[in-house]
Amino acid sequence: MTQDQAKQIVDKILSHATADDVRVSINGGSSSNVRFARNTVTTSGSAQEVSIGITATFGKKNGSYSFNQFDDKTLAEAVKKAEELAKLAPEDNEYMPPLEQQTYPTVNAYAKATADASPDFRANIAKECIKLAMQKSLVCAGFVESGDNFSMFGNSKGLRAYHTSTDISYSTTARTQDGTGSGWAGGGHTDVAQLDGSALSNRAIEKAIASANPTEVAPGKYTVILEPEAVSNLLGGIGFRMDARSADEGRSFFSEIGGKNKIGQQVFPEFVNIMSDPTHPDAPGSRWSEDGMPSRKINWIEKGIVKNLRYSRYWAQKQGKEAIPGPSNLIMEGGTATLDDLIASTDKGILVTRFWYIRDVDPKSMLLTGLTRDGTFWIENGKIARSIKNFRFNESPVAMLKNIEMMSKSVRMQGGSSANLIPALKVKEFTFSSLSDAV
Amino acid sequence: MKRRDFIKITAASSAAIMLPNALIARQQSTPSFSDPDFKKLADEALNTARMSGASYADIRINRYHNQSISTREKRVMNISNNENYGFGIRVLVAGTWGFAASHIVTKDEVARIAKNAVAIAKANKVIQKEPVQLAPVPAYQDIWKTPIKINPFDVSIADKVGLLLRLNEEALKNKSVSFCSSSMQIANEHKFFASTDDSYIEQDLYRMLPSFTVTSVNKETGKFETRNSLTEPVGKGYECVDEKFLMDDVRLAADEAVMKHTASSVTAGKHDLILHPTNLWLTIHESIGHPTELDRALGYEANYAGTSFMTVDKLGKLKVGSDIVNIMADKTQRDGLATCGYDDDGVKTKEWHLVKNGLFVGYQTIRDQAHLIGEKESSGCCYADSWSSIPFQRMPNVSLQPGKNKLSLNDLIADTEDAIMIKGRGSWSIDHQRYNFQFGGQTFWEIKKGKVTQMLRDVAYQANTVEFWNSCDAICSEEEYYLGGSFGDGKGEPGQSNSVSHGCCPARFRQVNVLNTGRKV
Repeated sequence: MTQDQAKQIVDKILSHATADDVRVSINGGSSSNVRFARNTVTTSGSAQEVSIGITATFGKKNGSYSFNQFDDKTLAEAVKKAEELAKLAPEDNEYMPPLEQQTYPTVNAYAKATADASPDFRANIAKECIKLAMQKSLVCAGFVESGDNFSMFGNSKGLRAYHTSTDISYSTTARTQDGTGSGWAGGGHTDVAQLDGSALSNRAIEKAIASANPTEVAPGKYTVILEPEAVSNLLGGIGFRMDARSADEGRSFFSEIGGKNKIGQQVFPEFVNIMSDPTHPDAPGSRWSEDGMPSRKINWIEKGIVKNLRYSRYWAQKQGKEAIPGPSNLIMEGGTATLDDLIASTDKGILVTRFWYIRDVDPKSMLLTGLTRDGTFWIENGKIARSIKNFRFNESPVAMLKNIEMMSKSVRMQGGSSANLIPALKVKEFTFSSLSDAV
Repeated sequence: MKRRDFIKITAASSAAIMLPNALIARQQSTPSFSDPDFKKLADEALNTARMSGASYADIRINRYHNQSISTREKRVMNISNNENYGFGIRVLVAGTWGFAASHIVTKDEVARIAKNAVAIAKANKVIQKEPVQLAPVPAYQDIWKTPIKINPFDVSIADKVGLLLRLNEEALKNKSVSFCSSSMQIANEHKFFASTDDSYIEQDLYRMLPSFTVTSVNKETGKFETRNSLTEPVGKGYECVDEKFLMDDVRLAADEAVMKHTASSVTAGKHDLILHPTNLWLTIHESIGHPTELDRALGYEANYAGTSFMTVDKLGKLKVGSDIVNIMADKTQRDGLATCGYDDDGVKTKEWHLVKNGLFVGYQTIRDQAHLIGEKESSGCCYADSWSSIPFQRMPNVSLQPGKNKLSLNDLIADTEDAIMIKGRGSWSIDHQRYNFQFGGQTFWEIKKGKVTQMLRDVAYQANTVEFWNSCDAICSEEEYYLGGSFGDGKGEPGQSNSVSHGCCPARFRQVNVLNTGRKV
């Protein structure tokens, strides 16, 4: 949907409204994919979707209705449905009025070639991976998805914002036929031209072969080399946890006794810098955040100090602070080393390709549990010595950041719906609590 | 489109399953579907797909209606209704699947999307190693509806908000409680399925979940503790909302959240466990439900959800549990979240054993995979979470059968010398072949000499699936039966969500590894 079409829908919705304040968000796009496994295609599809959300407010009473049809009759009825809900709602004493027109950053997140990627293009990535895997007598499974997205946000105070983006992502897992080895590789980009499917397929294949017939290393604390995917897996949730309200309310790692928070405290080593920047060319984010607040560059951890926490508009007003939108992406500053340098610098340690099934164990310490997967190796005298069995870990990303010994350059990682820039890390005293038989 | 009250019409009796499809179709009377356009649109899709070269096609025209209300303390944070409507067409062309979907539900769009699905199938033919085979299915023309008593959408917003705010208020009467949030999720899935196997099936499914979380912050220590509700999502109408139960539970939750601050930290090591059904259902889900998915065992999920240690060569041979462990899969269980009349392959639902007397005896299957293990029919586990999602194998309700000898929870506690009893769903994690798992809980209780002696904290149990289920030496009898479940179980690429129930009774497991999860960073 073009900007003009989306604006017209917002205007039509607002023309039907009787509420004091109205907010409209429209999100949609097309997405196409092919999935393969057992060296053959399994499913493949394409879908176009649009979702329109209306929040109507009378005084401080809110109601929301979302739907996916946009003929004139449905639009008029939808406004009424949101308004009916609002009239039934009690007053929200935290209600904030809509924002007026804001200035939004320019974000280049759209590549026409990605939007135009054909079923044949996706099938060919899968076809090549299957061919390469079969040449090595491996079995592969993978997923290629490409598409374009648009977002529109508008309100009854005249605010209008529009954003388009494209994404292509590809990941593949190669396994040895005897089931003792498994290797994974994946990547995602805005522009299809930047995706090197062959390189990713070959990487997964090499890892599968190298990881066959793993031996046991006893659980315990080890120096680990975490590849960017593994670091991204552990850091992924940290953005959501950097919230001032939950910290001030005493229910977060970032809480301090007495209703205070950790802003200004040196929590991590001086070389730890984590920020978000929606305009970064390698990891573009969204132009706005909640309620139409413009996204911007924000330092979350600067030289190891907690610099900012997210402040919603309401909490900022209550605490007399500036509203800070949540992170639109996660950019961790890396070092100058390569992954090979990290390995070469390690006398004894463990190389982790990625983690799986990560869950919170203790929110106060941010303790997480999960398992290694698809390529875990023993490093000795600066070299990968052999494949080892997977572990369960119980560790906190806070401890991980505190125990960093070395970092590679940051690379683009796909973290759920956002693109992130994350380095590989060498980390001491990482806690593995048990062995897993899973390959 | 206006909904009508549907009348259950039985189409094909079980005796008719052996008859050829065409014959069955002639014998059936077409039920009165809620919208006559469904069948016209479906026929347009199926005919266009056939004309374009498809050997098989199906269409799902689905409307989803969800309501969500969330509150914290005295505040209503959100009241929202969501409706979502569209259709998806799946085709087989020369043994290769294609799928396309659209939210524009018109005859022209249906024809266009059918052709798109065929084009996608043709593009993928080059990477099809072995043609897809579908297990046979009888033709059904039927209407099926969750047997609800009170339509949750007919209950006023004021009633729902009032209940949630009363729960928060009740929790906050405990002066050591800092926060209470509560919410209500209501889901309705209205589906019309038609296929070139002459099936036309309309279904109307309901699910509900009321829940809360109580938080106690100790201002002196800076520590906080939470206790979540022990309510479970179910496939029922608003009649599942039991205010007395919720009020009793929120009072108890408030007391227990506060108690956690001073509870004794567990001593790590091997412990006997009594797992309350509010905890055990999730362990069943993760350690038995997922590894008995045939698509995982065959490698279809290798790139994401993983494979399974319960490989095809172990079917009928692996002693996955002790002799008293019997686990059934079903999509027919009353109040079950995965319960429906037909799956998204148009297969009539049923129940069957996954584990019988401790032996692994069954998989969850769909039409295009049953033949890969020599089965003649699908067990009816095909599901897509949206009209825009591709149907694939999803978990049915999977339940541990009650013990055969009469045994209450009190009897089981009295019979236990030294153990930890765990209630509620806490942290959960399991590896990608389902060997190694780690589960927490909401509350942990020390049992000494047949009595509950004190609350414990910092508990998580970590085990190997086969060792764990073989250590099960007692399962309470049916009067303790409880239906737990998950509103959103993830699987697949792109990710899809499935709702699924798990019934069980309290059970005892011997000498399981327990971790102490207390940590300073």
